[in-house]
Amino acid sequence: MSTDPNIPLLKVRRVSKRFAGVRALKDVSLTLQRGEALAIVGENGAGKSTLMRIVAGVITPDEGEILVDGQAVHLSSVAGALKLGIALIHQELNLADNLTIGANIFLGREPRRFGLIDRATIDRESHKYLDMVGLDVAPQTVVSTLSIGKQQLVEIAKALSTDARLIIMDEPTSSLSEHEAQRLFEVVEDLKARGVSILYISHRLGEVERLADRVVVLRDGERTGELSREQNQRKNMVRLMIGRDVSRFYQRTPHAPGKEILSVSELRTPANPRHALSFTLRAGEIVGLAGLVGAGRSELLTTLFGVTPAVAGLMNMKGLRRPPRTSREAIAAGIMLAPEDRRRTGLVLPMSVKRNLSLASLRRDQRRGLLRGFLNRSAENQVAAMMIELMRIKTASDRQVVRYLSGGNQQKVVLGKWLCLEPKLLLLDEPTRGIDVGAKEEIYKLMDQLAGRGVAILFVSSELEEIISMSDRAMVMHEGRISGQLSRSELSEEAVMRLATGDVEPSPERVPA
Amino acid sequence: MGDKTPAPADPSKSTGSPGRFSAQGAKIWGIFGLLVAICIYTALSSDRFLRVDNVENLVHRTALFGILSIGAAFVIITSGIDLSIGSLVCLVGVLLPFLLTRYDWPAAAGVAAVIGLSVAIGITHGLLITRMRLQPFVVTLCGLLLYRGIARGITDDRSQGFGIEFKDLRSIATSQLPIFGSGDDVFHLPATTLILIIVAVAAAVFLNKTIYGRYLLALGNNPDAARYSGINVNHMTLLAYVICSTLAGLGGMLFVLDINAAQPSDFGNFYELYAIAAAVLGGCSLRGGEGSIAGVLIGSAVMVVLSNAINLVHPDYQNIEFAIIGGVILIGVIVDELARRFVASRREAARHAGQ
Repeated sequence: MSTDPNIPLLKVRRVSKRFAGVRALKDVSLTLQRGEALAIVGENGAGKSTLMRIVAGVITPDEGEILVDGQAVHLSSVAGALKLGIALIHQELNLADNLTIGANIFLGREPRRFGLIDRATIDRESHKYLDMVGLDVAPQTVVSTLSIGKQQLVEIAKALSTDARLIIMDEPTSSLSEHEAQRLFEVVEDLKARGVSILYISHRLGEVERLADRVVVLRDGERTGELSREQNQRKNMVRLMIGRDVSRFYQRTPHAPGKEILSVSELRTPANPRHALSFTLRAGEIVGLAGLVGAGRSELLTTLFGVTPAVAGLMNMKGLRRPPRTSREAIAAGIMLAPEDRRRTGLVLPMSVKRNLSLASLRRDQRRGLLRGFLNRSAENQVAAMMIELMRIKTASDRQVVRYLSGGNQQKVVLGKWLCLEPKLLLLDEPTRGIDVGAKEEIYKLMDQLAGRGVAILFVSSELEEIISMSDRAMVMHEGRISGQLSRSELSEEAVMRLATGDVEPSPERVPA
Repeated sequence: MGDKTPAPADPSKSTGSPGRFSAQGAKIWGIFGLLVAICIYTALSSDRFLRVDNVENLVHRTALFGILSIGAAFVIITSGIDLSIGSLVCLVGVLLPFLLTRYDWPAAAGVAAVIGLSVAIGITHGLLITRMRLQPFVVTLCGLLLYRGIARGITDDRSQGFGIEFKDLRSIATSQLPIFGSGDDVFHLPATTLILIIVAVAAAVFLNKTIYGRYLLALGNNPDAARYSGINVNHMTLLAYVICSTLAGLGGMLFVLDINAAQPSDFGNFYELYAIAAAVLGGCSLRGGEGSIAGVLIGSAVMVVLSNAINLVHPDYQNIEFAIIGGVILIGVIVDELARRFVASRREAARHAGQ
């Protein structure tokens, strides 16, 4: 294999990828030099992860080629990529956390002596790699006792132990404290000095500004530009990421919100009990809940919905005097949630469209009197027929199993399940994730119409575009607390991102580890 | 490179109507075919198989095991398991004659006590599983050990029976109703069959016609989605364990009333496995969310007839009866899985062809 330093380590040439007919990447090229840190930025769904997974051998591209050391390679497995020196560090770490650091570093390729695992060699070798990442912990330490930041360093040590020349980091700081993130940046600088190349994906543009030698920007699966270190400023990145034409996005019909229907004060969710959340919602108001992944937005929704009941705090709504303890209480008061992971928590995939649509309203529609508790088939059929028509769910029949519907139609089934119960407050978690453009448009329209009829909508979205164009008001969360609220006139990418990254005011709770 | 991405195929268009030929229906017909095949084979190999007394006995035993299997089906539908069925059959089986003969309890009180005990055990299982979040396998495995141990302890490991007393009570399980035929060939319908019919109809109505049955199917498939739809998953799961233990108690009572002797060390041994096997043969998936009462009944019949066939046709094979039953079940589930994959691949092919 050639090691001519002038030949770039990695060249991705005109790579395209489709999933089930939906384009994820189109004609993307990039080059990565030895010892260089290249950041890939873009909004959710821009194709960053797809590109990473192609380079790491997790998936194969439909078109285009990949060159390592100037030679075309066929990356068909993670193991194959590792052999070429390409290691991927997942956003969710992939460590066996019941094992020791050493066991993890050498997992699957344990050095042996007389057929038994050679612990002495593991410990000695592990030390070497732990040193490289500046982690001063004994290799015998069990991984689960380490902080997330240190676990991340173990992952990097593991990558180095495979002689990785290219380390791909997918949102590495998403769950790190400030201090841990600093440590990680130092390690990255160090790796670069050793000639290791880094492909870096992050939402946090500040980090990218600091760390990356070059930045490639993706939007809707296409490369929209490349920025050198000098040009690599937040505003340039945002321009290329969004690149719009605001008018292209859905235009809401503005309407005046009605009276207050929900007040929440000092609410503490089980996920982030340190932070008390207070806010109010008004009828007919669409409120966007922005923030980075892991900021506690989904947890707030599930707490309002009663599936992860609040540990403390007050909540007041017609029909509800305290935070709901079960989803049934929330539903009875008119609070309903379309969850983020609709396939896991929103739908019973092996069941039919009809049975999914009617699942929440069976109780309301049950027969009365002596037959109490019995299904009311005609009511069930009616609910299904009405919702299929109203939501324009594309399905062969109401007996079609929902597993086989497209993402957009599945989301419509989830929404239809709630709409027939006439919600007063609709909680939507990433309502358009994984949905094609046409269905997105329909969902925006529906949100708009529902708000027009007085339904309050609180929606979580990681797409800034969506937050800005759909919200009457936005609440931004950062690390478990509401870091600020923005009225429609104050809404801008910059303003949201600042609050989401906690740039505005340092959070007083943070104590450097 | 094509700029126009083809619109994602709408799979719903070409998969046809799934209701017309449901996987569940296919399973039931498949297991029914297996039952018929075993019956034909045994009838051709042994002239005793179709004799009235043998058929009566088969119907009777199917009824008893059917009751246990329906209970097992409910917990399996919630993607749980109950390994304590056999031991509970034993506990109830020894306790009822013990209370009635040793302590002279009135029959009604004895029956109420053992059924009440079964309900209480079901509630305990359910609470441990839903509130303490213990695994069903572990909870009911402990139950398996506990109840048999208690049964043997209470009775000093001595066989329990009613002797010649309690004829009226025993007639619940032993009486027969002449149905048709004449002379020696009158077919008597065992009373246990009527009990099974009542239980089965109630179970089928509950599972298919009430909102709670729908909840069980939904939560068995996906407990999170059920919870996110406002279903009280804990209550429904607990209910399934209560149904299972209650039917196990009812079954244990009928077994002892019928046989009139319960040896604590082996009464009801392995019955949980017969019940689970019958439910699985009958189309329940241990992954949950799937199952039909009709299928479970046919599954129970297969177990009973298979055992009978070994007795009649190959009495010298009795030592390996378990191996034969195990082999037949294994072949059954393999064929079922292959058929499922075949149907799925056909569907997939149809989808692509329709694109």
